[in-house]
Amino acid sequence: MLAAILVMAGIGLTMGAILGWASVRLRVEDDPLVEKIDAILPQTQCGQCGFPGCKPYAEAIAKGEAEINKCPPGGAEGIKRLAELLGVEAPSSEGMEHKPKAVAVIDEATCIGCTLCIQSCPVDAIMGAAKQMHTIIAEQCTGCELCLPPCPVDCISMQVIKEDVATWKWRYPAHIMQRAA
Amino acid sequence: MTRRLHPFNGGIHPAEHKAESNASPIREMPLLPRYVVPLRQHIGAPARALVQAGDRVLKGQMIGAPEGYVSTAVHAPTSGIVLAVEPRAVPHPSGLFDLCVVIESDGGDRPVDFQPLDWRALDPSALRNRIREMGLAGLGGAVFPSYIKLNPAGQRVHTLILNGAECEPWITCDDRLMRERAAKIILGVEVMRHTLGCRTVIFGIEDNKPEALAALAAAIPADMEVVAVPTLYPSGGGKQLSYLLTGVEIPSGGRSTDVGIQVFNVGTAYSLYRAVHLGEPLLSRVVTVTGHVVQPANFEARIGTPLSDLLAAAGGPLPGATDEIIGGPMMGFELMDRAAPVTKSVNCLIVKNPELFPARPAALPCIRCGACARACPADLQPFEMYWFSRAKDFGKAQGYNLFDCIECGCCAYVCPSHIPLVDFFRFAKSEIWEREQEKRSADQARQRHEFKEFRLEREKREKAEKFAKAAEKQKETTAAGGDGAADAEAEKKKAILQAALARAQKAKEGVTPKNTENLSPAVEKEIAEIDARREQMGAKAEGSEG
Repeated sequence: MLAAILVMAGIGLTMGAILGWASVRLRVEDDPLVEKIDAILPQTQCGQCGFPGCKPYAEAIAKGEAEINKCPPGGAEGIKRLAELLGVEAPSSEGMEHKPKAVAVIDEATCIGCTLCIQSCPVDAIMGAAKQMHTIIAEQCTGCELCLPPCPVDCISMQVIKEDVATWKWRYPAHIMQRAA
Repeated sequence: MTRRLHPFNGGIHPAEHKAESNASPIREMPLLPRYVVPLRQHIGAPARALVQAGDRVLKGQMIGAPEGYVSTAVHAPTSGIVLAVEPRAVPHPSGLFDLCVVIESDGGDRPVDFQPLDWRALDPSALRNRIREMGLAGLGGAVFPSYIKLNPAGQRVHTLILNGAECEPWITCDDRLMRERAAKIILGVEVMRHTLGCRTVIFGIEDNKPEALAALAAAIPADMEVVAVPTLYPSGGGKQLSYLLTGVEIPSGGRSTDVGIQVFNVGTAYSLYRAVHLGEPLLSRVVTVTGHVVQPANFEARIGTPLSDLLAAAGGPLPGATDEIIGGPMMGFELMDRAAPVTKSVNCLIVKNPELFPARPAALPCIRCGACARACPADLQPFEMYWFSRAKDFGKAQGYNLFDCIECGCCAYVCPSHIPLVDFFRFAKSEIWEREQEKRSADQARQRHEFKEFRLEREKREKAEKFAKAAEKQKETTAAGGDGAADAEAEKKKAILQAALARAQKAKEGVTPKNTENLSPAVEKEIAEIDARREQMGAKAEGSEG
């Protein structure tokens, strides 16, 4: 009887010690959920969700303080993936206009070199210096439109990225399947 | 010695239709008044235009420079004037326009000075660079820049396979090339073998081309092998042919070089011969024009030849012709615009008519018969990939190794429900590629955003530190001044004050007020009286106070 109790207690203590050690040694530093949500968000850093960037929005979602349908660039696809990740029903994406992908373009003849757009760009995709012409690095531009309001001479416009031979995608063979129906 | 073959699973045997175009020799296309040369003719980054409208160019002059690693050069097919560098119709399934150099021929066809290469003496890296500048790309259809494939990059390549299978129906350009120019192909293969440093060289040719087999067998040196492989589509697929000839399977997602095998098309070997032995860049290729045309044949057409001219050279379409296919009927695509030119990837132009190419019957639901899986030469399960691609569940489609699909079309060919399976796989692949691209740019944006935040934070911190430092310095100077400089200042002030006081004292002592001098005795008496009274009053006040 005593032996049995001692054995059980011994096992319990050993297990407890291992668990205690593991909880300290293998502790997860950050909330991994935030990282997972952030990985789904499109990283335009546009602030249309009402948060100053994608990471703060991800943090708010993780805390349950924000709805998952506040990200227009992510679109319905993004909502679906967030809903899948969080195990919730996907809320409607209604009222969320899905714009085609675009990049900002500076009319370099009009630019006065005020640097206001450079300061507003969340991804440092604008090159230039005070009283020097500015230009946008198109490959880095996320199309967030944050540089549009600060420009005092309205020389920045959004240009929709046109499909070319390199970015063209094969279409869903819907027309072929419709005939079958 | 006969090599033991290792048949791959699946495959189909569609009607060959080779006889239409393989009977007559390759015809040289006459010099045309105008050529349209696309800058994107190969896998990878498009070439960068080196000319602009109005420039004079010579035949073989580089008009597009390779940009980046996976890229190769583009050359002027003849001498003349550049009319424009603008988007034009190109042979692409999208029908979209792409940047092209339009050249108007001056009729002289004057070439630049072609310099043959001393390839045995040249450093392999220098030789590859020259091949890059010569614009060589795989002519089998994938148009991967050849100089990269000629670089073993640390991997030991022991076997070089020359792909002359030409398994797609209708196409006969490699067949004619092997029959007519076998010796020159072998000269090109020698260069390949030298650059790759491999010993074994095997030509794989389908047994429906006995003349080509005979021509090559007669031309090869003793240390090369020509192997007849059974006619079974798609034996000309790189992975299928290397398995067929060596029995070595290329791992999923891998390249043939992972198992020490490199595969080149025979046409590429021929253009390598021209590049190295004649110093001539890739200016032309052999193209089959066949189907419902007056005179099906193979043409040596310069890169940039408008397909409408090529069609006209074959006598034009016969009455009843509908549209055209670029490439073979299995893997090719519909030509959208006949103004599109011959590029390095265009090996065949087929004119369709309703008898030869009946309309595909309407697709019916999948009955899960598994015929597609039996026909798949890549050992995949097309029906599984189809369901998930159709449902846009791309992750699961990828789980069934969608990217090992070579889009050969065997599954769609055998499907009793006539489902266009390959269309779904192409759709799924391009969606997945786009998502991957988006993921990459999102990751980059995240990184840049985080760095900007870090930078702003750092700037703020640095500014604060600078201010703190400046304030401290100010304080230090004040404190240090109290001991030294400020002290001296105070001393000086004191000295001045002292001097002033001394002067005043001196003045007081030395000089009596002038108004008390020379007074009348009456006035003096009055003063004395007043003084006495003051003293009295003072004493009184003191007394009363006291």
